[in-house]
Amino acid sequence: MRAFRVVGQDIEKIDGRALVTGQPVFTDDFYLPGMLYGKVLRSPYAHAAIKDLDTSRAEALPGVKAVFSFKNVPRKAYTTAGQGYPEPSPYDAFVFDRKVRYVGDRVAAVFAESLEIAEEALSLIRVEYEELPAVFDPQEAMREGAPVIHDEPEIRGAYDPQRNIVSHVDLGVGDVDQALKGSDFTVDGTWETQYAQHCPLETHIAIAYLDEKGKLVIRSSTQVPFHCRRIISRLLDLPLSQIRVIKPRIGGGFGAKQEILIEDLVALATLKTRRPARLELTREEEFVSARTLHPMRVRVRVGANKDGKLTALDMEVLSNTGAYGTHGPTVFFNAGSKTLPLYNKAASVHFSGNVVYTNLPVAGAYRGYGAPEGYFALECAMDELARKMGMDPLVLRQKNHIRPHETSPIFQKLGEGREGVPQTVESCGLEECIERGKALFEWERKRSLPREIAPGIYHGYGMSIMMQGSAIPLVDMASATIKMNEDGSFLLLVGATDLGTGSDTILAQIAAEEIGVPVEKIAVYSSDTDFTPFDKGAYASSTTYLSGEAVKKAAQKVKNQILEFASLLFQTSNQLSLRDGFVEDLKTGRTISLEEIGYHSFYTEEQRQIQASASHVSDVSPPPFAAHFVEVEIDTRTGKITPIFYVAAVDCGLAINPELTRGQIIGSIVNGLGFALSEELRFNSRGIPLNPNWLDYKVLSSLDIPEIKVILVETHEPTGPFGAKSVAEVCINGPLPAVANAVYDALGIQLKKAPFTPERVLRLLGEL
Amino acid sequence: MKVRFKLNHSEVNYEAHPGESLFEVLRRYGNYEVKGNNCRDGSCGACTVLLDGVPVPSCTILIGRVEGRDVETVKSLGDMDNLHPLQRAFLEKGAVQCGYCTPGILLVAKALLERNPNPSKEEIQEELSGNICRCTGYVQQIEAVERAAELLREENK
Repeated sequence: MRAFRVVGQDIEKIDGRALVTGQPVFTDDFYLPGMLYGKVLRSPYAHAAIKDLDTSRAEALPGVKAVFSFKNVPRKAYTTAGQGYPEPSPYDAFVFDRKVRYVGDRVAAVFAESLEIAEEALSLIRVEYEELPAVFDPQEAMREGAPVIHDEPEIRGAYDPQRNIVSHVDLGVGDVDQALKGSDFTVDGTWETQYAQHCPLETHIAIAYLDEKGKLVIRSSTQVPFHCRRIISRLLDLPLSQIRVIKPRIGGGFGAKQEILIEDLVALATLKTRRPARLELTREEEFVSARTLHPMRVRVRVGANKDGKLTALDMEVLSNTGAYGTHGPTVFFNAGSKTLPLYNKAASVHFSGNVVYTNLPVAGAYRGYGAPEGYFALECAMDELARKMGMDPLVLRQKNHIRPHETSPIFQKLGEGREGVPQTVESCGLEECIERGKALFEWERKRSLPREIAPGIYHGYGMSIMMQGSAIPLVDMASATIKMNEDGSFLLLVGATDLGTGSDTILAQIAAEEIGVPVEKIAVYSSDTDFTPFDKGAYASSTTYLSGEAVKKAAQKVKNQILEFASLLFQTSNQLSLRDGFVEDLKTGRTISLEEIGYHSFYTEEQRQIQASASHVSDVSPPPFAAHFVEVEIDTRTGKITPIFYVAAVDCGLAINPELTRGQIIGSIVNGLGFALSEELRFNSRGIPLNPNWLDYKVLSSLDIPEIKVILVETHEPTGPFGAKSVAEVCINGPLPAVANAVYDALGIQLKKAPFTPERVLRLLGEL
Repeated sequence: MKVRFKLNHSEVNYEAHPGESLFEVLRRYGNYEVKGNNCRDGSCGACTVLLDGVPVPSCTILIGRVEGRDVETVKSLGDMDNLHPLQRAFLEKGAVQCGYCTPGILLVAKALLERNPNPSKEEIQEELSGNICRCTGYVQQIEAVERAAELLREENK
C-alpha cells in the first residue's frame, strides 16, 4: 500500500481558526437592513380542525408586514424530508392546513419589523378550533375506530392512512417460527425507546432575501441545501433557477436539519414583501416542532443451538412517527437493515412491523437512523440468550457475527423504504475490534470481580457490537469540482454539507492527497446551490465515503490534466510524477512547480483552465463496525446509574483524520449515553410536552461522562476513498444496549425501556 | 437608555432598552462572536461572556447591570493570526466540531485557568458543566483545557 502524506493525518480543521475566534460564520451572524422577523403560531391541541381563522387584527398591527395561513397559501401535499427524489417519505404535509395534528403544529406565521411585534401579532390571531379525539399510543392508533390523523384526500405514499399506518413490512428468508421451535435456546423480548431530540446548539434558522437580480436567496442552517432548493421550488411554484440556497457553518444538525422546516416560510415572506426575512426556532420549538428520534417498540426473537450458533432471528418493530411520516418508512427499514446482517449466521431471518401516526411531535432523521432502536433490542436479546446458554456474551457474538467476504440476505431485502441492494462485506475489522476492546477493557478480569463494591453500590460490565452503512447505494449522488489557480493552489467546490463534522477538512485532505499537494493548497467552498455542484447533503453516513470518492475522482482528473500540461511544456513523453507541489520527469529529473504550470496555463502557452468535475454513486454501502464495552456503577439506594469507563473499538476503514474521527466516535457515544441515562421528552395525557427545555430535558454535561477510550481498528475498504468508510453514526448504536447489559450484569435486572432513570431502576429493584 | 461599559478593554456606549439582555444588545451591535439565542434561560451556556472576569450567560444579564463594568468576549483571547493558547489547544485536540459552543467554553476555560493554572481533570469537568456541547462529548474539550494549561505554564516560565 502506498504511504499517505495527507490522509491519515491529524490536519487542523480548516474552519477551526474561524470558529475559535468567533467569526460571523453561522446563519444568524448576518444582518440585512430592513430584515423582517418571523414567528409561528402553533397548535395548542393535539388534534383539531380549524373551523375559522381571523388574522385581520394581526395584519392591522403596525409593523406587521405579512401573515400566512391556509387562507392565503396554496395547499399542496409534500414531505418535509430532505431525501433523494422521489422521496420514500409520504406526501402528508402542507405548508398550512385546516387541521392540526399535534401540539406545536403550524397554524399561521407572522413576519414583522421586530420579533416583539411578530410575537404580539400572534396573540391577535383568532383561531376557532374544533377539538378532535387524539391518539398517542401507536398500538392504539392502529385499532379499529381510532381517530384518523391523515384523512386528507391528497395524501400519497402512506401504506394505510385510514388505519394510521405509514409503512408496513413483512419479509424474510426461511421460517423463523419453525427454526425457533427447533432451537435449543430461545429469547423473546420487547424493548422500547423514547422521544428524544437532537438538541443541536443552534436551532433551525433561515434568512431569505432577494439578490440584485431578484433571485430568491435562502441562507439556511440545513444539512440538505439541494433538496431544500428542489422542495421550495415545487412548493412555491418558483422556477428552481430562481432559487439559491446557501449553507453557512451549521451549529450542529444530527439529522434534525435533514428537513425543510422553515425555509418555506422565509421564502414566502420575502417573495411577498420583497424584504429580507428571518425565522429562528426557539429552543422550545426545536424540542416540540422540529424533529425527534422515532420512539420504537422492538420485539426480538432469537434462537440458538447448543454449539452457540444462531438459528433464527426475528425483529418486529412498531415505530411511532408522530403526526407526519417524514423519514418514517426509511428509519423503520434501517432498524432492521443496519442490525440483522450483523448476525448473518442465522439461516432464518425475518423483519416485520408498522410505522404509525400518532398525535405527538414528528419523528424524523436522527443520527443512527433507526439502528440505535434496533440495536437496543437485538444486543440486549443477545445477552439474554448468552445467559440462558451459560455462555460469555462476548463469545456468543464472536461465534455469530459477520466476517469479511460474507453477505446477508437482508442487504438485498431491506433498502430505503423499498428493496435494497445485495452486497458482500469486503472490509470488516469486527473480530479485531472485539479482541482489542476486550483487552483494553480487561473484560475477563473485570467480569470475575465481585459486583458489590460497597454496601448498596454495584459495578457491572456490559458490551455490544454494531454496524452501520456508508451512504445509500444506487440512490444518492455526490459531486465535486476542482479548479487550479495560477499560484498552484486549488479551489475545491463541493455540494457536501459540513455540519460541524469536519467534512470540509476531510475532503480537502482527500483532494490534496490525490493531486499531490499539501492540504494548505486546497481551499474548500461548500454547499451553495449556485456555485457548487450537486451533493445529496449530509446524511446516511455518506460524506467521507461518497463525497470523498467524488472528490478523489475529480482530483485524479485534475492531476492528469496537470501532468498532460507538463508533458506539453517539457515536450516529452517520459513518465511524470506529481508530488509535494512539483511535477518531476522521472527519467531526466527535471522538475517544474505547480505555480509555474499555473502561470503558463493561464497566461502564456497552451492556455486553459485546469479544472475537472466528477460525480459518484456507490453500488454498495460498506458498513463500519464497532465493539463497545462499558463499566457502570449503580447506587441501589438512589437508582442512579453512572457510567465510569467506556471502550469503543471502531473499524471505519482508513481514518482520513484520526482526531476528527475520534471526535465523531466520542460525540456519538455521549449522545447515546444520553438516550440511556436521561433524555426523554415527556407528555401529559393531552399530548402537551412537559419538558421542552434544557433544564428539564437533561442532556449530558461534562460532569456526566465516563472515561472514554477509543481504538481505531484500521481496515481497507476497496470501494472507499483511500480505504475509508463512514464513522459519523455507527457508535450511537452502542450505549443503550451496553449500559442495559452492564446493569443486568451488576444487579440481574433487565432494563427494557429507555431512558434508564433512577425511578425505573428502583421499580425493577422493587424499591418503588 | 444609554449604557457604557468596557467591551474587550475598549469603552463602548450602546443604546438599549431597559428590558434587553446583554446578549441582545451585544448581537444588535454586531458582536456576532457571542453565539446562541435560543435557550434564553442560561441553560446552554453558548452566549457566555466574562463579566468582570466571571463567566456568565449573557442572555441572563439585564443590560442595566453592566453599566461601568468589564465585558469580555472570545475576541479578547486572540485573533486568527495570533491565537491564545486555549484556542490553539482546542484546535490541536479536536475539541471543535460545529464550533457554536466554542466561544462560550473558551471563556469559561480562560476564567478557570486564570484562577487555577493547574486544574485537575475533575475541576475542568466541573467548570465546563454549565456549557452544553452536543458534538464532541466533552472529552477532547477537557483534554484541550489540560493542554492549554500546559502551554500557559510553559509560556509563563
